[in-house]
Amino acid sequence: MATASASVLPLKELDFYQVDDLLDPEERMVRDSVRSFIEERVMPVVPHHWEAGTFPSELIPEFGELGLLGPAVSEEYGGSGLNSVAYGLICQEIERADSGVRSFASVQGSLVMYPIEAFGSEEQKRYWLPKLATGEAVGCFGLTEPDFGSNPGGMRTRARRDGDDWILHGQKMWITNGTVADVSIVWARDENGKIQGFLVENDREGFSAPEQKHKWSLRCSVTSELVMDEVRVPESNRLPKVQGLKSALSCLTSARYGIAWGAVGAAQACFDEVIRYCSDRQIYDKPLGSFQITQTKLANMGTEITKGQLLVWRLGRMKDQGIMRPQHVSMAKRNNVRMALDVARECRTLLGANGITLEYQAGRHACNLETVLTYEGTEEIHGLILGHEFTGYAAYGA
Amino acid sequence: MKICVCVKRVPATTTRVVIGADKQLDPAGVEFELNPYDEFAVEQALQVKESGGEGSVTAISFGLADAKKELQKVLAMGADNAVLLTHNSAPHADGATTAKMLAEELRNTEAQLIFFGKQAVDRDQHGVGPAVATRLGIPCITEVVKFELQGNQVICEREIEGGRETVTAPLPCAITCQKGLNEPRFASLKGIMAAKKKPLEIKEVDLESAAVEVIDMSLPPERPAGRIIGEGPDAVPELIEALRNEAKVL
Repeated sequence: MATASASVLPLKELDFYQVDDLLDPEERMVRDSVRSFIEERVMPVVPHHWEAGTFPSELIPEFGELGLLGPAVSEEYGGSGLNSVAYGLICQEIERADSGVRSFASVQGSLVMYPIEAFGSEEQKRYWLPKLATGEAVGCFGLTEPDFGSNPGGMRTRARRDGDDWILHGQKMWITNGTVADVSIVWARDENGKIQGFLVENDREGFSAPEQKHKWSLRCSVTSELVMDEVRVPESNRLPKVQGLKSALSCLTSARYGIAWGAVGAAQACFDEVIRYCSDRQIYDKPLGSFQITQTKLANMGTEITKGQLLVWRLGRMKDQGIMRPQHVSMAKRNNVRMALDVARECRTLLGANGITLEYQAGRHACNLETVLTYEGTEEIHGLILGHEFTGYAAYGA
Repeated sequence: MKICVCVKRVPATTTRVVIGADKQLDPAGVEFELNPYDEFAVEQALQVKESGGEGSVTAISFGLADAKKELQKVLAMGADNAVLLTHNSAPHADGATTAKMLAEELRNTEAQLIFFGKQAVDRDQHGVGPAVATRLGIPCITEVVKFELQGNQVICEREIEGGRETVTAPLPCAITCQKGLNEPRFASLKGIMAAKKKPLEIKEVDLESAAVEVIDMSLPPERPAGRIIGEGPDAVPELIEALRNEAKVL
């Protein structure tokens, strides 16, 4: 079994521009507490789970107890009511361990608890949010379909009225947490062409969620299909405040915000690991870090990570001031995930052959980040969103 | 039950120590944290309160104003209120002075249980807990690895050379906590938010000059480089010779 010997050392975080000084004391305390938890409880088990292709479900209650599930949800419903920067720091610390583990938390918080709080009835909020906050219940978010990823508006899943109930029929794909979820947020088009959101308990007749196996990325995270064969749900399961596709997309803005922060954590983990390696590893009787090529690689990576840190810090402050727009999130998600992927790959080259083993983190992070580059709006789509923003021309279609 | 826990802000155990011009630790670039042994003390105090279902836990620290951060962490873990006794010369205080400051504060609290870490990892003196207990005239049980409260007495297991002993003492008493006593909880996000609203009193204290003065501080000598004696069975006699006469481990 692989061990995490190289990854459980305390982090010496790169903070070249003293971003720490820009955080308030509570934000730092949140970051430090989550960091301790991740270092002590999560990092030691991640390589094994990644190799086995299993999610560390034994940690779910601890995630709940610490408050990592839906931390931005209001205290009234079981959340902690944290600000956006603190939420971002949580994502950063979790993804320092693994993008798949962060995906679990992002889905639960941003894609399940957020829409229930934003679009749900009081009854739905009171029933589901406390359970989801403790981890007693797990949720998933069904928007993407086999043929509709970047263009979710083309979805084929249908909802039709039948008396007081709705009948859901269709298929979803690439759904994080699907197989282990107790409840799915399913997006479907009704008979009037309007997109609606439904809470579907996963034990309803006609509902199944087979796991998608054979991934070489996000192996610590469960990815599933959702198959709905004439699944009957009552009207009380419909999210009453949903206003079409834009409501579904607003959930993605919240999740992408966390991803932009998370990517910084993955990059820092790789950088921290490789800095140690460059000091210990001797080549031609000299430390690897003393060679010019190594130094310029580290200079480039350190610079990009620092830029990424500043980007998300500013994004978080804008979100808390209410002036953040989805386009701002697109820039941070696109930039930081690409940055983290490049850093992970470059660190792998410095680690040499060691870098392809699970004893080191860089290879695992690089594999994970290939998914993160594509999900929650591909790098290309976010480029088009920014192109639209800067030129006024929309270039999404054919 | 009224419970107090005394805590200290110390340099993180991962600190690369640099000695400053004043022969003290140069604090530049040093991360400070709650003394790790104090985390066991805080956890035990919280467990006693929670198992009793009532009472309160007060955290007390003597140090610079910066120690507010560590007290806030203790509040986030679940303590009810905190008191920071502060003086600009606090880092130069010796254990006896620290104990005097803490004892004067504790005297008015009517605490039945006072928990300490068994030592602070900066100076490693192990002295403050017993010294406070002496000043208050109450029993002190040190290096506790198992704690039980039965009515008005505590039953503790403590580490001794080569084994453990079980001891008992009546309340009120002081306990210094050793690793293994419990598993300290993480400060939850709800706890961190709640801590903002909990009372944290800062008191400026008068300080007598320390009886014990640090006159020098030095780093341990560099470890000599390893030596390869030889290879294969032929090198074994020389290796045994070196282990016996140089390293003196045989």
